[in-house]
Amino acid sequence: MGITQILFWILSVMALGGALLVVVSKNPVHSVLWLIAVFFAISGHYILLNAQFLAVVNIIVYAGAIMVLFLFVIMLMNLNTIGEKRKNKVLQLVGGIAGGCLLLVLVAALRNTEISQNIAQTGGGDIGLIKNLGKELFTTYVIPFELSSILFLSAMVGAVVLGKKD
Amino acid sequence: MPINYYIGLALALFMIGVVGVLTRKNAIIIFMCIELMLNSVNLLLVAFSKMHHAMPGAAANTGIDGQLFVFFTMVVAAAEVSVGLAVIVMMYRNIHSIDINFLNRLKH
Repeated sequence: MGITQILFWILSVMALGGALLVVVSKNPVHSVLWLIAVFFAISGHYILLNAQFLAVVNIIVYAGAIMVLFLFVIMLMNLNTIGEKRKNKVLQLVGGIAGGCLLLVLVAALRNTEISQNIAQTGGGDIGLIKNLGKELFTTYVIPFELSSILFLSAMVGAVVLGKKD
Repeated sequence: MPINYYIGLALALFMIGVVGVLTRKNAIIIFMCIELMLNSVNLLLVAFSKMHHAMPGAAANTGIDGQLFVFFTMVVAAAEVSVGLAVIVMMYRNIHSIDINFLNRLKH
């Protein structure tokens, strides 16, 4: 068992444990902090797959910007005193069973597929470097890139319009 | 690493997100579970891009599309979060709660 395997398992346990704690935490602030831990674990996976640009962007955009926005909103609302009332046990049980069935079906369907023995290259390969990604982004994908700027502009206008008083 | 480990990990993360959306009442936590599902799909896209890159006979930039799709997913997620949180703030301002059980006025 090499260092790659050990790191893979450690990061996987971190991601799954953090994700479970996001769902079961009572306090929304704790959920946000555990979600940040999950994002760091996923960034570790990206580094393991040599997708360096995505690892850095994941940390900056998700763990940095989006999660801080979540924390802002939670602190703004002072939810700690509210809590979740009227817990419906039946609904939780049904939700768990439905999710378990989904996992079961997908695992059973994908277990013996043709590609399941292929190797995802860890370490080598330079498609994840910023040089190659940038070259592709500004040649083949330049139209979607510009469209995403329009998307951001409309999202910004939408957020301001929604957040305005009355 | 074999690709089926990554498939299993991404499926488990996605399933946790689905169960969170189905069972929790807090709108913000539901929103975070959606982010979790988006991230599990991102992880799977990166793993598949590296799988195709490692195939025999692959060109120098085979699989680069997968990583660019992850980039665009992050862009869309950032825009979605800004609008979604504005909607949640409005909801809190109007009904002084973010419990989705109170959002049943469309029923009547």
